[in-house]
This record gives sequence, C-alpha cells and structure tokens, in this order.
Amino acid sequence: MTTYTAPDKNGRYGNFGGRFVPELLMPALLELETVYEKAKLDPAFQESLDYYLKQYIGRETPLYFAEHLTQKLSGAQIYLKREDLNHTGAHKINNTIGQALLTKRMGKQKVVAETGAGQHGVATATVCALLDLDCIVFMGEEDIRRQKLNVFRMELLGAEVRSVSQGSGTLKDAVNEALRYWVNNVEDTHYILGSVVGPHPFPQIVRDLQSVIGKETKQQIVEQTGSLPDAVIACVGGGSNAMGMFYPFIEDNEVKLYGVEAGGAGIETKQHAATLSSGSIGILHGTMTHLLQDDHGQIEEAFSISAGLDYPGVGPEHSHLHALKRVSYTSITDEEALEAFQILSRTEGIIPALESAHAVAYALKLATKMDPKEKIVICLSGRGDKDVEQVKNTLEGK
Amino acid sequence: MGKANMENYFKQKQSKGDNLFVPYIMAGDGGLEVLKERVLFLQDCGVAAIEIGIPFSDPVADGPTIQAAGKRALENGTTLSGVLKALQAFKDERKVPIILMTYVNPVYRYGLASFAQDCAIAGVDGVIVPDIPIEEEKFIADELQSESLAFIRLAALTSTKDRLIEIAERSEGFLYAVAVTGTTGAREAYGDEVKAYLEMLKSNSSVPVLAGFGVSTPEQAQTLSSYCDGVIVGSTIVEFFHRGDTEKIQQLIQDTTHPAIIG
Repeated sequence: MTTYTAPDKNGRYGNFGGRFVPELLMPALLELETVYEKAKLDPAFQESLDYYLKQYIGRETPLYFAEHLTQKLSGAQIYLKREDLNHTGAHKINNTIGQALLTKRMGKQKVVAETGAGQHGVATATVCALLDLDCIVFMGEEDIRRQKLNVFRMELLGAEVRSVSQGSGTLKDAVNEALRYWVNNVEDTHYILGSVVGPHPFPQIVRDLQSVIGKETKQQIVEQTGSLPDAVIACVGGGSNAMGMFYPFIEDNEVKLYGVEAGGAGIETKQHAATLSSGSIGILHGTMTHLLQDDHGQIEEAFSISAGLDYPGVGPEHSHLHALKRVSYTSITDEEALEAFQILSRTEGIIPALESAHAVAYALKLATKMDPKEKIVICLSGRGDKDVEQVKNTLEGK
Repeated sequence: MGKANMENYFKQKQSKGDNLFVPYIMAGDGGLEVLKERVLFLQDCGVAAIEIGIPFSDPVADGPTIQAAGKRALENGTTLSGVLKALQAFKDERKVPIILMTYVNPVYRYGLASFAQDCAIAGVDGVIVPDIPIEEEKFIADELQSESLAFIRLAALTSTKDRLIEIAERSEGFLYAVAVTGTTGAREAYGDEVKAYLEMLKSNSSVPVLAGFGVSTPEQAQTLSSYCDGVIVGSTIVEFFHRGDTEKIQQLIQDTTHPAIIG
C-alpha cells in the first residue's frame, strides 16, 4: 500500500464520508474542523490531553499476553490490549476527553451526546463532570431498559439522560435525536459524537483520538516480542475502537487486520448489525457509508445482543478500508459472542464487554488456524460488568 | 416544466402583488390516494408552488409534526417511486409548480440520473434536499441540471455572510431561507436578526426568497413576507390536513397571500 492519507480536504475516504448535513450545521462543522486543526498543532493542547490520558484515564493500558487462552487453543499467541482498564471501563473516554477539551477551546459550555450501551454516555458525562460542562445524553428507551445502571451512572455524574422512543429506541434513534438537539442548539453546544461516524470532521477526530490504542499496541508488542503482530482483531459497530487500533497499522502490510461485526441471530436472517458484511452503500447521519437499508433507501433496524454494536451504519473509513481490501470484515453471532464472553472470563479472569466478546470469538476461530509462532492482538475494548445481568438472564433463558 | 415554469409562475403571482405561499405536504400521509385531491385543493387556494415531502426513516431536520406524518406515510407503504408515479398520473391537471423535498438517501438508492429523469416525466419542477449543503451539491446538481429541474438551496441563520452570498448567488427557483436555528415545527416569534438576514438574502438573490421553518400563524406569515417574497409553511399545513381542517388551510393561504384584505 502506498502512503495512506485519508481523509481528503472534503472529508472523503475514497468514495465514502463527506458532510451530508443541513446547512444549519455546516458552520459548526467548519468551526470544529478549524479548531481541531489548530489544536493538533498546539503543544499546549497535546500536553493537556496527554496529562488527562495518563493521570486521569490511567494510560497506557497494558498489552497482556493471554497465556491460558493461548494454551487452551494451541494456536497463535493471543495478546489482549486492555482498553477495559481505562477509567469508566472502555475505550470511549479516549475520545470524549479530547472532544471535551475541544469544546472548551471553542468557548462552548454545553455538550450533547448519544449513547447505545451507555459506555459513550458515561464517558461523556464523566469528562463533563471533570471539566465542568453541561451534559445531555440521548439514549434509546430499549437501551435504557437494557442498561439501567449506566443511566444511573450518568445521572450521578450530573448528566441529564433523555429517553428516545422513536424508531426502535436504540442507538440510531439516539443519534437522530442528538443531531436534532444539536440543530436546535448549535450556537452554544458541541456534539460529542461517540464513534467514527457522522459528518466530517467527526470520523477523523474520533479516529485520531482513539489511535492512541494502536500506537501503544505497536510499541508494546515490539518491546515484548521484538516484532509486529500477524493479526489484529477488533469489533466494529460504528467502529471507533477498531479504527483507533487499525490506523497505526494501516501501512504495515504484513499485519492482517480483522473487523468483527455483530452477526446477531446470523447474517442470513434480518436480525443482525453486520453492515459491511451484508449491507449496501447509502447516506446516513451525514456520511456516505455502508448501511442496512431496504430497496427504497429506508434505514433498517440493526439487531445485536450487544447494545454498543446495534447500529445500522458504520464509519466511512471502514467502508474505504473494506473497498481497499486492507481490512477483512467478518461477523460473529450473539451465540458465539456469549460463548467467548464465558471462555475469556474462565481462562483469564477477564470479563469482556459483549462488544469486545465478538472480537474474542473471532480470535478463537482464527488462532487455531495459525502457527504457534504467530501472534494475534485483540482489542479488548471494554469490560463486561455492564453486561453481567443481561448475560445471566440470557443464559437462564429469561 | 422545470425551473423555467416555476420562475414564470412566481412572476405571474408577484405581478398581481401577491405574497408567495408555498405549503408543504407529506406524500402518503392519509394514503397516496389523497395526494391528487390535496394538490388540486392547494392549487385552487392560489398557492405559488407545492412542496411534497418524501418520507424517510431518519428525518434529522424535522420536528415532531413532520416526523409523525412521515412515520404514518411509511406505515402506509409510501415509496419515492410510488409518489413519482402518482404525480405523473395527474400531471395534466396541474399548473402549480411541484417541488419534491427528500433526504438524500432515498434518492441515492433510486439512482441519481433515474431520479432526475423520472421527476421530469412526473412533472416535478424542482427538488430540495435538506441534507446536501453546497459542499456536497455536485453530488446531485448536474443530474438535476440536465433535466432543467430547479435545485433549491437552503440558507441558514447560522451561515456566515460569505456563505449566504454564495448560496444566494447559486439559487435556482427560489431561495429557501430557514428562519430559525432549529428543526421544522411551530415557533412563537422571529427576532430582528431574521429581518436583517432575509433582507440580505433578498439583495443577493436573483430568484424569490421564501422564509420557512416555524411559520404557523397568518401574523408570522405576513411579517416574514414583508421582509422577503413569501413563506413556506410545513408542520401547520400537515397538521391541518391530518385533522381534516381544510378551511383553516384556505384561510391561512388567503390571509398570507393577500394581507391587504385583513390588513
């Protein structure tokens, strides 16, 4: 692969991406782009970001050799990038801390965000408490039901959680409402989008902020083993942990990259969220990308046991990397993810988030086909505490 | 048909001293079978053009009233191709210009070139796509141009002066001036900044400037019309049709078009 430079100045990743938004939002997107470009070059901004990443979030996170899981599979060596050990329990805060600092730079005092599983909402509410910003989080009513404790967490942190009953009451609908709120309050509010989706410059900002995952991983694996990994695996809903993990490896062609989508009840059914594996190209939430949609361009509902992967679109850069064939996208069913959730808990004493369990499940398949000298890194994007009750109910057949 | 038809029709209305009144209706709300009846009714009320909304699953620029109408329309099985066929069927009974308002994804899925061709066949004169700002308009503008359809641009209160001038200069058919910082739906009042904004657009645009979003009463419609060439009324019309209150629609149109009568 030649030098990778996406996105271009129009926010395009090949044919994907762009800024398909009402004119009302364009000035805010252009302002965000300008502020971000300046911040990137400002050592004071980077210093402040690094400070919070280290002292508040607890980076760097370990790259852990999963010895027992490796022995059990007797295939490739498995390493876990422990994003579950970040403050608030997932990779989401890498992005929210950066965007909250940008909010301050723009002189805005209010923040709006969407959330699916609640992880991004908690990560946003957390940094808003830290930096004294007002925070409103939109969350689908179905997700509120599935993730009650995260709702309470956000409220404890001083955020206002607004329930969204439109559509299927999940992440897509929460994004719609957050966008509408932003349209109505754009002059004093920043939208902290939680994934590498939405209009430019969001996919770029979120990727850049999350790429701390891949940068650390690259350095750690070389320090620990003397060479790059053979395969890197991450789960993909909107795809922010995956983009953050993959981005620093894009030009390292010898490293195979795997994005794992939520296969729900199976991609042969309509009950899944495997956008790249079985969707088609369209435009949703301001960006051109792969979507689950019907023949008339109406967006279809996504289904997954994991609320964080339950999104009928995907980041435009994933569509681009899919078209370039640089990343292989595959899917894992609810059942396989549940099994991996239990296997990792028992073998390593690490309870993964259901989202991350999709990446683990694919690693279980891939490792056995690989040589014991080869290495796989799994992005363990979050911890599973939030999912324990749901998994219990599912396993007990409730 | 197309852009020229729309611009001529507006000139005829304006030569009589009328304010331009453009109602918005949601295609398929109440069933696609009432589309013809509603369009001809509005034509008889003396409107300057009719904006026909295509329902979309994720209408982020719309407030609760139009969201609800779109949901009803989708539940009735309304599709873009269905709407185009329905419009084609009574093309010869219309003089009033027809504008489709659709989010970009249904159009992209339909195929951009086929969409423009089928709009021309159905007697559509112009198209509004609320999620295409000037940065992305290449995406669709050329296809619409080749069928002589007006691509109607939207201006916003948040836009910088330079952007507003660029949008005004590019405008075709009419310039859609969004008069609130927000989604569609009723608002209480418009401030002085709206007056300055509309007057600025007016002085930079060669086509009529119409104010929309939030207009719900004759008083608001008259006030805004005094700053520009007229108004677009969406949520209020949608709600009146939904309730079957066509007399109120007629009254609102009359009061706005010829304010002198109630003056």
